[in-house]
Amino acid sequence: MSIRPLLEARAIAKYFGGVKALHDVSLTIAEGEIYGLIGPNGAGKTTFFNVLTGLYRPDGGELIFAGDKLQASAPHKAARRGIARTFQNIRLFGNMSAMENVMVGRHVRTRAGVLGAVLHNRKTVAEEAAIRRRAEELLHYVDIADRADDLAKHLSYGDQRRLEIARALATDPKLLALDEPAAGMNGAETGELRLLIEGIRKDGVTVLLIEHDVKLVMGLCDHVAVLDYGQKICEDVPAVVQKDPRVIEAYLGGELA
Amino acid sequence: MNAPTRPIFFDALRRNKSTAIAATVALGIVLAALPFLIGSHLGNSWLRILDFALLYIMLALGLNIVVGFAGLLDLGYIAFYAVGAYLYALLASPHFGLHLPVWLIIPAGAALSGIFGVLLGAPTLRLRGDYLAIVTLGFGEIVRIFLNNLNAPINITNGPQGISGIDPIRLGGVTLAKPIDFLGITVPSLHAYYYLFLALALLIVFITIRLENSRIGRAWVAIREDEIAAKACGIDTRNIKLLAFAMGASFGGVAGGLFAGFQAFVSPESFSLMESVMVLCMVVLGGMGNIPGVILGGVLLTLLPEIFRHGAGPVQQAIFGKVLLDPEALRMLLFGLALIVVMLYRPAGLWPSTTRRREFRGDAA
Amino acid sequence: MDIFVQQIINGLVLGSIYALVALGYTMVYGIMGLINFAHGEVVMIGAMVAITVIKLLADSGLPGVVIVLIGLFAAAVACMAVGFTIERVAYRPLRKAPKLAPLITAIGVSIVLQNVAMLVWGRNYHSFPPILPTSQHEILGATITSLQVAIVLIAALTMAGLMLLVHRTRLGRAMRATSENPAIAQLMGVDIDRIISLTFVIGSALAALAGLMVSANYSIAHYYMGFILGLKAFTAAVLGGIGNLAGAMLGGILLGLIESLGAGYIGDLTGGFLGSHYQDVFAFFVLICVLVFRPSGLVGEKVAERA
Repeated sequence: MSIRPLLEARAIAKYFGGVKALHDVSLTIAEGEIYGLIGPNGAGKTTFFNVLTGLYRPDGGELIFAGDKLQASAPHKAARRGIARTFQNIRLFGNMSAMENVMVGRHVRTRAGVLGAVLHNRKTVAEEAAIRRRAEELLHYVDIADRADDLAKHLSYGDQRRLEIARALATDPKLLALDEPAAGMNGAETGELRLLIEGIRKDGVTVLLIEHDVKLVMGLCDHVAVLDYGQKICEDVPAVVQKDPRVIEAYLGGELA
Repeated sequence: MNAPTRPIFFDALRRNKSTAIAATVALGIVLAALPFLIGSHLGNSWLRILDFALLYIMLALGLNIVVGFAGLLDLGYIAFYAVGAYLYALLASPHFGLHLPVWLIIPAGAALSGIFGVLLGAPTLRLRGDYLAIVTLGFGEIVRIFLNNLNAPINITNGPQGISGIDPIRLGGVTLAKPIDFLGITVPSLHAYYYLFLALALLIVFITIRLENSRIGRAWVAIREDEIAAKACGIDTRNIKLLAFAMGASFGGVAGGLFAGFQAFVSPESFSLMESVMVLCMVVLGGMGNIPGVILGGVLLTLLPEIFRHGAGPVQQAIFGKVLLDPEALRMLLFGLALIVVMLYRPAGLWPSTTRRREFRGDAA
Repeated sequence: MDIFVQQIINGLVLGSIYALVALGYTMVYGIMGLINFAHGEVVMIGAMVAITVIKLLADSGLPGVVIVLIGLFAAAVACMAVGFTIERVAYRPLRKAPKLAPLITAIGVSIVLQNVAMLVWGRNYHSFPPILPTSQHEILGATITSLQVAIVLIAALTMAGLMLLVHRTRLGRAMRATSENPAIAQLMGVDIDRIISLTFVIGSALAALAGLMVSANYSIAHYYMGFILGLKAFTAAVLGGIGNLAGAMLGGILLGLIESLGAGYIGDLTGGFLGSHYQDVFAFFVLICVLVFRPSGLVGEKVAERA
């Protein structure tokens, strides 16, 4: 495994009024790994995601991505740099088909403007065909190709999760950030999800995973960081994290046992 | 593979090539013969209404980009129509003594309206929903008030009197204001305008369909559906929304220029809030985001008040022997009722896009 | 200086009326998230009914104030009936429809009311009979009529009453709960259909009062008067922070002041380039500035962003 860092978070802080949602959080994600971010509810995991993907402007610290500083508060630029995400409460384009959802994901890697779209010059036509082809591939990849023409909002919950991952992958990310992808899934579905995430990593995409399902995280991740009350209390390989007394205390001992 | 936002009608045509060709030819013949049919059976007033219907279709298609595709509620859209119309009036009338050619003014009107669209959009796009609606409404009113009052101290717009004596549209040295001899057929002025407007309306339909099925069109709809997710997909929502405003506005500018040349007269009265509301009704009542629906809305809402106008007096005469109720008020009353009834029974519009129709079934289930 | 005071007085009178109408918009928006586009027309109906009744009774020998009160009563009844009907017919069936559908029916209702008024009352202006005792008072070099004093006082009392109703009664609590979260209010046993109906009825009663005031103040009423008045009042509601009662009042008064001061001074401010006929621009210009720089309005803390 490569040891080159893909993402370095340095002393990230985010406050909401007097609440320290994130305080002095530093972590390093190596290229090609699956990195887990866990912690009790309200620990600041999703806040970290929102800072990382440019939805929130951090109140301190900086993010270095693939060697360069990430500009704060510009989600579309984060996507262009190669950070894609899914949302805890699935956010699909409900009245677009599954296919179109993934095609929107290609937006950031394509160029056609108004003139190209209207005139249908050769470049635009080729680009449009490529978008469609890639979207079909990705629907196959997440195994919902048979639902391509259905409206996103009519897909089953598990399929919606998969579609969101396909849409994120369509942006050609270097880092895929998944916010509780297994939430609400049964055991079999979680197993399939696990295979999917491993496949994504195998194809060269680094994965950052927020998850409540501790078993999934421990089984899947190369490194795990634990947040509690907005602070990182531990970062190591799963086997070590699992035994860390601070972590056990944060989880009241129960869940990790 | 067909994108599901594409109307079923077009899908059917695409599947069967010979049907498609036959349908296109038939539609072409009908559209070409329409002014002659209407002119000989219903007279010139209905021909004018037909010409206006085409202008309204252009407006409705422009507003549809903003409201239907990008989901931005614009209640001041008519301002862009006004910009196009006044630009034409100022550059081709005795008012300033300028008489620039049409092929220059119409594109300039489209561009200027587009710029106004960006000017309106830039500070307001952070706003959402109803707030954006009210700001755009205010913008529309400000434009109208300025048109009304910019006659002093320097007379630019000639105030409430408006600008008259505007040059008719000329194409290749031929004015459309007089009958034209074409291959031995005499084409009356209203017919000539009809063909010009039809050509431009078809061009706008073509552009809109192309945009809808492009990367840009998908980005618009994505923003309408979920702005945050659209950002996370790498869409620069600000620019893409501005683009929607600019595109929609430029269609309005084109229609405005044509209107000025056709009417030979513009005044602020033609650009009241009620006109914006009318165009919005065309979009929503026809079927937001669905091009054939919006066209249907444009035609219906141009024709309905006119049908009521022509019917309101004579029908009363026939039933009661005299005109009891003010026909003007009666026709608008019926029009208002029609809006209510259609919305109550078809809240997604008369001809919603397949996606939206499915959405409705889904919600009912 | 006297011009300044005079414009302040005029602004206060105008602003009190805007505030009453703005309350109608803001109450409905607060509870349903809907712009009741037809509210301005309800004001117009109020003015027309009041003026008709007052004209009928003008020669009856009753004291002027009594006649006006009867006119107000008739207007209030008519407006409440209209408001109730609008909600039942045009809005209630569309509560779950796409957001633009009720906006279009609202526009339809607005057109219908306007043209019904035109059929009933014709295209002419109707003048308010001079039955009220008038006296003029001098304040700081400006004049104020007893009518103007009455308008401001009655508006203030009415608004105080509304605040009491909303914040001190069971009904008010149910209204606030519905506005906060209709689904939960319903679970808690609030009959939200009834609350929404009542909201429309109360807003319409305020509109009737405002209609009477406008027609008395300008001595005139017209089938087309509701449109621009409604637009201004809505502007006032947004200015204050839509959905917020205190905001609507503040917004109304502010808008009245801005308009009348603006109209009085715009000539001086622009070196005579723009004249007082730009009065209406002020309303919209202020509105745009407020929305761009403080989208929640002056008082509004909860941004009206409903799912």
